[in-house]
Amino acid sequence: MIEQFPALIVVTPLIMSFILFAVSWWNKRLCFPILILTLSACIVFAIGILDTVIKQGKPIHYYLGGWDPPWGIEYVIDHLNALVLVAVAVVAWLVAIYSKSAVEKELHESKLPQFYTLFLLQVTGLFGITATGDMFNLYVLLEIASFSAYAIIAMGERGADFAAFRYVIFGTIGACAYLLGVGYLYILTGSLNMADLSHLIPKLFYNKALLVGFAFFLVGVGIKMGIFPVHFWLPDAYTLAPSAVSALLAPLFTKVGAYVIIRIMFTVFDPSFSIKLYPVMDILGWIAAVGIIFACIMALAQSDLKRMFCYLIVAEMGYIVIGIASGNRLGLTGAILHIINDMFMMACLFTVAGAIMYQMGTRNIYEFRYLHRTMPITLAVFVVGALSVVGVPPACGFFSKWYLILGTIQAKKWLLLFVLLASSLINAVLFFRVIENAYLEPREAHAHAHNGGHPIVTLDRVPLNMLIAMILIAAGIILLGLFSGKIVMNIIDFAIPANL
Amino acid sequence: MWEVILSKYNYWIYAFMLMIGFYAMMAKNNLLKKLIGMNIFQWALIFYFISIGAKKGATVPIIPGVHGHHGAEHLVVHAADYVNPLPHVLMLTAIVVGVATTGIALALLIMIYRRYGTLEEDEIIEELKK
Repeated sequence: MIEQFPALIVVTPLIMSFILFAVSWWNKRLCFPILILTLSACIVFAIGILDTVIKQGKPIHYYLGGWDPPWGIEYVIDHLNALVLVAVAVVAWLVAIYSKSAVEKELHESKLPQFYTLFLLQVTGLFGITATGDMFNLYVLLEIASFSAYAIIAMGERGADFAAFRYVIFGTIGACAYLLGVGYLYILTGSLNMADLSHLIPKLFYNKALLVGFAFFLVGVGIKMGIFPVHFWLPDAYTLAPSAVSALLAPLFTKVGAYVIIRIMFTVFDPSFSIKLYPVMDILGWIAAVGIIFACIMALAQSDLKRMFCYLIVAEMGYIVIGIASGNRLGLTGAILHIINDMFMMACLFTVAGAIMYQMGTRNIYEFRYLHRTMPITLAVFVVGALSVVGVPPACGFFSKWYLILGTIQAKKWLLLFVLLASSLINAVLFFRVIENAYLEPREAHAHAHNGGHPIVTLDRVPLNMLIAMILIAAGIILLGLFSGKIVMNIIDFAIPANL
Repeated sequence: MWEVILSKYNYWIYAFMLMIGFYAMMAKNNLLKKLIGMNIFQWALIFYFISIGAKKGATVPIIPGVHGHHGAEHLVVHAADYVNPLPHVLMLTAIVVGVATTGIALALLIMIYRRYGTLEEDEIIEELKK
């Protein structure tokens, strides 16, 4: 049974999404339990895969339809994508629990089955992108994930349809650029299988067409993951989407894109291609440095909490690119660890934004006065997420940043080191602006409270499932931080190519 | 100079079409025209893939007169006589992807037109600022 898990983790949510939609005609209340059951099964599959990979110490190969590679499509799961699969499954499960009340408040009742169906399709795409070992299969699954993202974002508030249309245009350019890259590689090598390509490509290293194909890959995946110069679609689309949708897409989609970049640069292409042969790492480093500073400043300028977080994603993607651009073991460890950590951090921040939206009906930071009295738990979760993004131990963000910093020092890229440290400071300012508005009271209000006795503190009026999901995500951030040494030693060390 | 252009004319056509589509997507104000540009962009890619699979004087990769596994090993097959079908098969999938993208984009355009009464980008942005 366990050898079928790599296929099951993709096929189960795909089939269940259609069953869920069919069941919803009969009984709408069954949708949510089906969603949770499916995602629970996916967690079991993902953990089973990770366990097998760690135990046998080498990748799992699954041949779809029994066709041997390089002719058939193959799913290959090694330490890197097993870890990403588990993280995607867990975060999707937590966000699914959270989403029930959030979408019931924000969307019309008739839209709920569509929402749950698209939720599962989205997860299908993400699992598929992560599990596949075939370049063209990756394109198709990338488009499945993107289609569900387009449709699910368009369900949002006023302006979301227009943002979704712009996302369609940019997303299609990205997908086409990726497909062009696949075409160039196919012309040169006649193969689409990643493992096969990794043997064939080193012989073609000085070929100019290979370089063009590589550039198309970077641009295509870069658009999908929202790296700095091609991120235009991201803030609008993720801000205007329903809060449960941005809590699903913001942590997962961009990070899975980062996984694809790592897979292409370090598995399909030999690492020496982008380190020794061409100055790819320097270019990426510059882009990331400019992007992080730009995104942090843009985030400072926002008064909308969710839009601020959206620019933060662009900055976080920059961190991952810095880890890649260091071009050494430490930096790549940091990048992979940051992919996992950032999924939890962004899930934390976007669920908090949704909860505040649920209770207060606003996302404007300057209207958050006295929020600590009415939403103490939500704000406590927010502080955990904020400390993690700033990089305070024992939250997980500290450890991945630590590895990133060590990586830049080892690579002697002082500019990147400076950007990492400076952006941490800007992040601190960014979050203290929110914390100040939410926790600290103006002086006159303080005097008033003294006259009228103690201020009244009430618990959050947010449904229990949202609260539990948020607390679990915050606990996940702390746990990931505490166990980061184990994760690095047992999983990530094996995920990094040996010749790096 | 002219030989380079003429001997590889399929690539020039595909690059030209890509540029037309890209220009329409970036520069046009009407959202439907942007969508048409997007379609041209995707179709340029499909032409490109199909043209790399084409071969003069070759035939479909089916070996006639051989059923099952018996006898196949006795037959001499010249790979040069057959067309590589893989790029064409890939494009069947890419066409489906393209149709799905167009479908989603058209549905979004209907939504946008119903809400704002226009498909001109600047007018929609004006409307959203209110």
